[in-house]
Amino acid sequence: MSIAVGGYQKTVAGVTVDVNDEGFFLAPEQWTEAMVPELARDEGIAELTDRHWQVIRFMRKEFFEKGTGPTVRVLGVASGVPVKELYQLFPKGPAKVAARIAGIPKPRGCI
Amino acid sequence: MGQHIVILGGGTGGTLTANRLRRMLPATSVAITVVDENDEHLYQPGLLFVPFGLAHAEDLVRPRHRQLHAGIDFVQSAVDHVDVAADRVHLQGGATLDYDVLVVASGSTLLPEQTEGLTGPGWGEKVFTFYDLPGARALETALAGFDGGRLVVNVVDMPIKCPVAPLEFCFLADWYFQERGIRDRVEITYATPLDGAFTKPVASRALGGMLRSKGVTTVTEFNTGEVDGAGGKLIGYDGREVPFDLAVVVPLHGGAAFVGRSPGLGDELNFVPSDEHTLQSHARPNVFAIGDAASLPISKAGSVTHFEGEVLCENVRRFLRGEPLDAGYDGHANCFIETGFSKALLIDFNYDTEPLPGHFPTRVGLPLLRESHLNHLGKLMFQWFYWHTLLPGRDIPGVGSAMPHSGKREPAVTEAMR
Repeated sequence: MSIAVGGYQKTVAGVTVDVNDEGFFLAPEQWTEAMVPELARDEGIAELTDRHWQVIRFMRKEFFEKGTGPTVRVLGVASGVPVKELYQLFPKGPAKVAARIAGIPKPRGCI
Repeated sequence: MGQHIVILGGGTGGTLTANRLRRMLPATSVAITVVDENDEHLYQPGLLFVPFGLAHAEDLVRPRHRQLHAGIDFVQSAVDHVDVAADRVHLQGGATLDYDVLVVASGSTLLPEQTEGLTGPGWGEKVFTFYDLPGARALETALAGFDGGRLVVNVVDMPIKCPVAPLEFCFLADWYFQERGIRDRVEITYATPLDGAFTKPVASRALGGMLRSKGVTTVTEFNTGEVDGAGGKLIGYDGREVPFDLAVVVPLHGGAAFVGRSPGLGDELNFVPSDEHTLQSHARPNVFAIGDAASLPISKAGSVTHFEGEVLCENVRRFLRGEPLDAGYDGHANCFIETGFSKALLIDFNYDTEPLPGHFPTRVGLPLLRESHLNHLGKLMFQWFYWHTLLPGRDIPGVGSAMPHSGKREPAVTEAMR
């Protein structure tokens, strides 16, 4: 499998995965739930709660339905977790951090 | 046996679609109805100029029905909801319209009440928006009485109409306070949720450089959680604060409320998910969306709507005849960016090609991504083109729906990847 420009390989939970230079998965099918604790720790999240999982599962569902991860605003409307709480769960930016932990490409965002 | 096309919205997209379709399809067999809740068509690009006294409200509004050509019905009514399974529009008050093809052209709606504190204390006193006419007029008065302090221009979150307008506001504010001789007493800050001045890298660097050169401080990746009008500060979700004496806020945008009341039609923000090349909605094959109302990976802007019109109308014609659709829309967008001092920038881009330097539409033409007086004249002239060429659904001579490549200077691949 070819690697996109600017990407590299890293090992998560003992498995080799392809990510881009910002740490977003290039191949979401390489992701497993077993990787989540390690990916979260890399983002500075020591303890994963049910609310984290709710957001992570929503990210993947959105990606596979729509072809891109949701923006913070869509997360706030549709994930069941309000924006304020999203920032408490993922202080460094919910859309990007949750996308990295959920193993999906960088959300396309808005143009 | 007649067919009926119903167009929801009598703004840029609805009007140009109706007029274009009226020319393409025989009135004897296809009826066209445009629905809008009021009869005031606002030239939205003019809103930017109102706060600076460069445009006047009464010159920006004309009757909607007068922009529609003969043979098009105009129904002035709010829409309650669309029953896409029954091909029927329910108007408020109970009347219904059955359609063979529906075009959703209901634009975007400002949602200031969705940001904590935005419409609370200070709203209309030191917190304003220029994204609607009452707001732009109130801001004109506020700016005229502003003798110094911290002016903050803030975009709450994307998507917004005309993503360059807040930048233009910063550039014009710099010009305006220089003209008044008090620029040294005004701090201008631009607080944006994006990680730069604009969404596309090459243009973002150029526009970011212009903000710096005009002494505008940029605060990036700022997601406004609360507007504290009484305390005079924006508070980000991440806890950062941006203090202000006068705040100009671009509120959250959503699609029309009736889209949310129409099962299966819209997304979480009430925009209509559609095919990015054919403009057919994902809801139903006989439902199309144009302009701001559509959920597409492209700017919400009048030029986009104009370029979409040609492909959308051809596809409505093909759909009515049972022919395969044309996947011809390439995401073409084209914006003049007013930079103050009678100059403007021009950017031209599509889904695949970001705004690049060069000339438009060919190697001979208006300079791209560079300030010039010619572009300023182009921006002023655009208002004439809007009423007399865009709304009638005609092409601008020499400017087609597809984005031209010939005048653009493509950067090296490494540059484009940044």
